[in-house]
Amino acid sequence: MLYDLGYFALLISFLLAIYAAGVAVFGAQSQRMPFVESARNAALLVFPLLTLAVLIVVYGLVTLDFNQAYVADVSSRAMSPFLRVTALWGGQQGSVLFWGWMMSGFAATVMIRKWQRDRELMPYVIFVIMGTLAFFVGLSLFITNPFARLWHDPATGEIIAAVFQPVGTMPFISQDGQGLNPLLRHFGMIGHPPTTYIGFTGFVIPYAFAIAALITGKAGEDEWIRTTRRWTLVAWLFLSIGLVLGGRWAYDVLGWGGYWGWDPVENAMLMPWLTGTAFLHSMMIQEKRGMLKVWNIVLIILTYSLSLFGTFITRTGVIGSVHAFSKSAMGPSFLIFVSVTFLGSLLLMFKRLGTLKAEHELDSFLSRESLFLLQNLLFLGITFAVFWGTTFPMISELVTGTKITVGPPFFKKVTGPLFAALVLLMGIAPLFAWRKQAVAKLGRALLIPFIGSVVVMVGATLVHWPQHPYPFALFGLWLVSFVALTTLLEFWRGALARMHSQGENFLAALGHLLSRNRRRYGGYIIHLGVVMMALGVVGDEFFKAETQGTVGVGQSLAVENYTLTFENLRVYPGSDGREIVEATAKLYRDGEYILTLQPRRDFFITQQQPVTVPAVYSTPGEDVYVLLVGWNEISLDSSTFKIYVNPLINWVWAGGLTFIMGTLIAAWTSLEDKRTASYVLRPEAPRPSPAPVGG
Amino acid sequence: MSRKLILSLLTIVASFVAVAVVYAQDGTIYPTDDDVNRVAKQLYCPVCPNTPLDVCETKACQDWRAQIKDQLAAGWTDDQVIAYFVEQYGERVLAEPRRSGFTSFVWLLPALSVAIGLVVVAQVLRSWKAKRLTTAVPAQSEPLADIPPEVLERLEKELRKVS
Repeated sequence: MLYDLGYFALLISFLLAIYAAGVAVFGAQSQRMPFVESARNAALLVFPLLTLAVLIVVYGLVTLDFNQAYVADVSSRAMSPFLRVTALWGGQQGSVLFWGWMMSGFAATVMIRKWQRDRELMPYVIFVIMGTLAFFVGLSLFITNPFARLWHDPATGEIIAAVFQPVGTMPFISQDGQGLNPLLRHFGMIGHPPTTYIGFTGFVIPYAFAIAALITGKAGEDEWIRTTRRWTLVAWLFLSIGLVLGGRWAYDVLGWGGYWGWDPVENAMLMPWLTGTAFLHSMMIQEKRGMLKVWNIVLIILTYSLSLFGTFITRTGVIGSVHAFSKSAMGPSFLIFVSVTFLGSLLLMFKRLGTLKAEHELDSFLSRESLFLLQNLLFLGITFAVFWGTTFPMISELVTGTKITVGPPFFKKVTGPLFAALVLLMGIAPLFAWRKQAVAKLGRALLIPFIGSVVVMVGATLVHWPQHPYPFALFGLWLVSFVALTTLLEFWRGALARMHSQGENFLAALGHLLSRNRRRYGGYIIHLGVVMMALGVVGDEFFKAETQGTVGVGQSLAVENYTLTFENLRVYPGSDGREIVEATAKLYRDGEYILTLQPRRDFFITQQQPVTVPAVYSTPGEDVYVLLVGWNEISLDSSTFKIYVNPLINWVWAGGLTFIMGTLIAAWTSLEDKRTASYVLRPEAPRPSPAPVGG
Repeated sequence: MSRKLILSLLTIVASFVAVAVVYAQDGTIYPTDDDVNRVAKQLYCPVCPNTPLDVCETKACQDWRAQIKDQLAAGWTDDQVIAYFVEQYGERVLAEPRRSGFTSFVWLLPALSVAIGLVVVAQVLRSWKAKRLTTAVPAQSEPLADIPPEVLERLEKELRKVS
């Protein structure tokens, strides 16, 4: 009964979404506001309806209703209630519904908040969002329904999953469920997937406004950019959080000693982040200089299409991947939808090129504009390399019939230099003025960071060259210290100026600098976060050490200045239907005892799947990451360990946190923003022709 | 064909000499697990999706690593072991795609696209600068204190529109 209710909630959401999309456009075209308002009300109603559907699915997962096909698929008696709730996004049916629910939430928020301000754009915003939503709810309804039940056909003995009872079948209730994939049974399940989905779906808002601006011929004005700047930042923030959490999760669970494996699904997530980052920077040029209007539309179309493409890759398993937990029939329809979205948007843009006239002028090649273009090129270049590398196995198979693999070495070699160039730009571009930069002044500003970074590099060479003769690593260290110094110097200069003019002490000056100019200094904090992560990457790439070996009780395995002594091994049953093999080993540094580590291997009996749980000794300087990879199964008197020493890896996480903090500072509402916003867009009043300068 | 033959012969020879470990000149045991991982790192598991062979946990992959150990012990070089795996399971076991034949496109296109992008950016910038010269805006006077140049610029532009 309850599930019928869920099904009808889905059905009505689907009809309402289609209704809203159609009526919004009709109302706008025929200038009849009641229709537009009706469309809005319909759109608003979708959110509570989908919320109901989601709650019913969660109810089934928690109460273990094994008549439900989805529950039998991803939930199980052994799983904790916490994991049962997260199973909502642990399988295909649930995650497609979850996606649609998030999007309907965004849609509702934007419609309540922006209704007064953007009356002209709103009908088309409704059209775009509800059109997309209709597609996703349609998928839920017709292809991958979370409310399908299990039926037993006595004639064939088959178990069928269907929403409505097929003729001649009996309801079937499974004894227990399959449960989540063991790799997903982790606390990280609460963080990484939802944040990633918020990021993916959040980009629909700036995209919908861009398309609405194109349709209404208002894309030449900056309204859509100003209205959606914070939405873009929020979507981007969540995507960033999702990336960092995903990396951390992989480090803790996947047991290969790293955080980024250039897996297709990871790449699918990185691509919209890259183009989104390019967009966030490039929209600044439009705001400040009224340039690059066409390019910004291209970037948001690309970002949103890549978000859809990412969902497509994740959820259809089209490119074989460890993340492709679900194979499905929704592939073709999804691909068509992504293509239509992408090509249709571009086509619309070309038809409206006339409305996107901008005045492009430049005083000098040595200007911030030039560096912005270069930076955009690098972001797009990396995106293309990642896209090409990710899809090439499919292309190769189609063209030559040969299956090939494009693994991490490719991505590192191709994107590494581009990322390095980006980091360099990140350091120097903020020092450049718009229009024209005087060379002498630039030289003065860069002198101290340059000298400082060379000192750091020479110091590092003297210390590390004997063991680690890697020129690229030293270049990386130079780059990281150079950019860190230039960025920190910006804070120093700003604070000094305030100390002189306002007579504040250093800390107060720094605080005011941040609070008065959130966008700028928030941005610098983000840059510092990137530099910290870059330092972690350099450490991990060039200075990582690993060893593997089999040792008996009391014997030791050594790597760098660490020694691991094997004590004992025990086997015991764990929760969640797993059998645990756990080794106890003592870790010594330079012969001195540090702590006892217990790396283990959990074997999930139902799924017949092992999960390696590392034991980690973590310090700010480096992590010692120990894996149990093998053992003598009969006597339990020997174990095979793999030990990684991961230098500077904690800088990646610290950098990620700094990065997220910086984004929060930059995105936080300030009084100044509110003033600008209400000034720019008075609904009925005639628009003041050139928008006032903001920020 | 002959390559395949040689490789199969080598395998047979390897199985005869499968002493699993030999002692290198300095007295250490060869091959160690680290030697095996060095080779396995360059390979992808032939059965699991997107998993490097050195970290794959399945039974099949453990057997493959044991095979690499035997082959190294029999005196095969890293490249010979890799060639053997490619011969047996196809190019998909290579972590890094080859730089010859069709797969060279995977390497070439990104480099090419960035190069083309650089040319386009240079052209765009040149055209913007040319426009600046033709519009011949009078040279900017001394910037007024405390007003950012972009604000001045906007003001100027608006003044021009009004007049």
